[in-house]
Amino acid sequence: MARAVTNQRKMINTGAAWIIGLLIFFPILWTILTSFKSEAQAIADPPIFLFFDWTTENYSTVMERSNYGRFLWNSIFIAGGSTILGIIIAVPAAWSMAFVPSKRTKDILLWMLSTKMLPAVGVLYPIYLLFIQFGLLDNVYGLTFVLMLINLPIIVWMLYTYFREIPGEILEAARMDGATLRDEILYVLTPMAIPGIASTLLLNFILAWNEAFWTLNLTAAKAAPLTAFIASYSSPEGLFYAKLSAASTMAIAPILILGWFSQKQLVRGLTFGAVK
Amino acid sequence: MATKASRSAARVMMAPAVVLLLGWMLVPLIMTLWFSFRTYLPLRGGDQGWTGFDNYVRFVTSSSFWPAISTTLVLLIGVLTITIVFGILLAILLDQPMWGQGVVRILVIAPFFVMPTVSALVWKNIFMDPTNGLLAHLWRFFGADSVSWLSDAPMVSLIMIVSWQWLPFATLILLTAIQSLDGEQMEAAEMDGASVLSRFFYIALPHLSRAITIVILIQTIFLLAIFAEIFVTTGGAFGTRTLSYLIFQRVLESQNIGLGSAGGVYAIILANIVAIFLMRIVGKNLD
Repeated sequence: MARAVTNQRKMINTGAAWIIGLLIFFPILWTILTSFKSEAQAIADPPIFLFFDWTTENYSTVMERSNYGRFLWNSIFIAGGSTILGIIIAVPAAWSMAFVPSKRTKDILLWMLSTKMLPAVGVLYPIYLLFIQFGLLDNVYGLTFVLMLINLPIIVWMLYTYFREIPGEILEAARMDGATLRDEILYVLTPMAIPGIASTLLLNFILAWNEAFWTLNLTAAKAAPLTAFIASYSSPEGLFYAKLSAASTMAIAPILILGWFSQKQLVRGLTFGAVK
Repeated sequence: MATKASRSAARVMMAPAVVLLLGWMLVPLIMTLWFSFRTYLPLRGGDQGWTGFDNYVRFVTSSSFWPAISTTLVLLIGVLTITIVFGILLAILLDQPMWGQGVVRILVIAPFFVMPTVSALVWKNIFMDPTNGLLAHLWRFFGADSVSWLSDAPMVSLIMIVSWQWLPFATLILLTAIQSLDGEQMEAAEMDGASVLSRFFYIALPHLSRAITIVILIQTIFLLAIFAEIFVTTGGAFGTRTLSYLIFQRVLESQNIGLGSAGGVYAIILANIVAIFLMRIVGKNLD
C-alpha cells in the first residue's frame, strides 16, 4: 500500500519536474530548432515546431558572411589563455595558503575575494585609458590579461578549497622520506590535485567565455570574441531570426556541453566554498 | 610543522597573485578617485583641473540619478524575489525521488551557461518581438493584442530575461543545501504529525537560510553590475537605465570622465557594503 503511494507520488514528481525543466530549457531548444529553419519558416505564424524543411544553410551563411572563425578563435584564445595563465599564477599561491597557512592567510583570501566585488563600471575609464596608453585596445593579449585578473580570485579560492581536502599527513610522510619541495609538489601533490585543477579550469573557462563587459568595451573588430560578435546582431537588417539562431547556437553549444560537466564545481566555485 | 624555509617559500609563491591583484585593485581605483575630483572632458577641452566635490554633488543631483537608483532596485528586488521563490520550490521538487532526475537537472541548469549577449538577443527578437516574436504569436492565438515587450513593459521584460539566467544558479545552490538536510529529522517531524507547510517553515526554511543569504549576496553583486543584457536590448532607453549603465553612459558615451568617475566611486561603495556581509559569511566558513 505504502509502496503504491510512493510510486504515485514519484510519477507526479516526475511529471511536474519534466514540464518545468522543459519550460526552462525551451528558449534554448527553440533557438536551436530555429537555426535549422529558413528565414520565412522562422517567423511563420502559427510557429512550426518540428515539421519544417531542415536546412543547415544558416550555418554556412553565418560562417561565410561574418568571419565567424576569427571570433571563435578569439573566444577560445581569450578564455583558454586567461584560465591557464590564472591557474599558473594561482596554483603556487593556493598551495602555500593551504599547506603553509599563517595567521594572515584568511585575511589574504578574503581580500582577494573582495577584489572580485569591485564593480567593473567603476574602473572602466582607467582601464580604457591604460589600454590606449599601452596600445592594448582591441588586442587579444590585453583582454586575456584582464579576464585573468577578473577570474584570479575565483581560481585561487577554488584551488584552495580543493587543496585543503588533500590530507597534510601525506605531504609530511613524503618530507620524512626526504622529498624536496619540488618533488613534493611534482610527484605527491600534483597527481592528487589534478581533479581539482581540472574542475577549476572548466568553470573558469566557462566564466571567461561568457564574460560580457570587458569583451564588449575593450574590443572593436580585431580582438572581438563571440560575445561581441553576437551583440553585433542587435541592429539587424531584414530577416535574420534563423541566422541569429545559428550564430547563437554556435556560440553556446560548446559551453553548454562543458557546463553540464561542471555542475558540481559551479556551486563550489561561485559560493567560494560557503555552500558544499 | 611548517619550517622557516617553507614559510619564506610560501611567501614567494603567493607573491605573484598578491601583487597582480593589488595592482588590479589599486591602480584603477586611485585613477578613478583622481578623475572624480576633476573636470575632465576628453572631447571638450580635456582635463580642466580640480573641482573638489562638484562631480559627486552633480551626479546625485542630476535628473537621471534617482530614476537610475529606482531602476536598479526594481531590477534587483524583482530578480531576487523570482529566483529565490522559484529556486526554493524547484530545489525541493528536484530533491524528490523521480525518473530522469539527472536529465531534468541539466535542463534546468542550462540557461546559466548561455552567454548574456545571446540570451538577451534571443529573448529580445525571437520571443519578445511585437510582430514576429513567439510570445506575440501566442498572444494572438488567444485573441489578445501582441505586446511590445521591451518598450511597453521594459522592466518586466528585463526582469524576465535576467531571472531566466539566474534561476539555475539559485536552484543549484539551494538544491545542494537541501541535499544536506537531515532526512531523519524530517521523518520524525512527519511522524509527530507536522504538516507539509509547518515542516517547510520550521525545518527546511531555517536550514536553507544560510544558502539563501549567500544566493542573495552573490546575485546582488552580479546584478548591480549587469550590463550586456541592457546594452543589447534597450541600450538604457525606456527607463531601463541602472546605476551602472548610467555610469557607463557618462564615461563612454558622453565622455564626461569626472562625473562618471564620481558615479563609479558611489557604485564601488555600494558594492562594498554588500560585499562586507558576504565576506563575513564566507569568512566564518573558513575556520
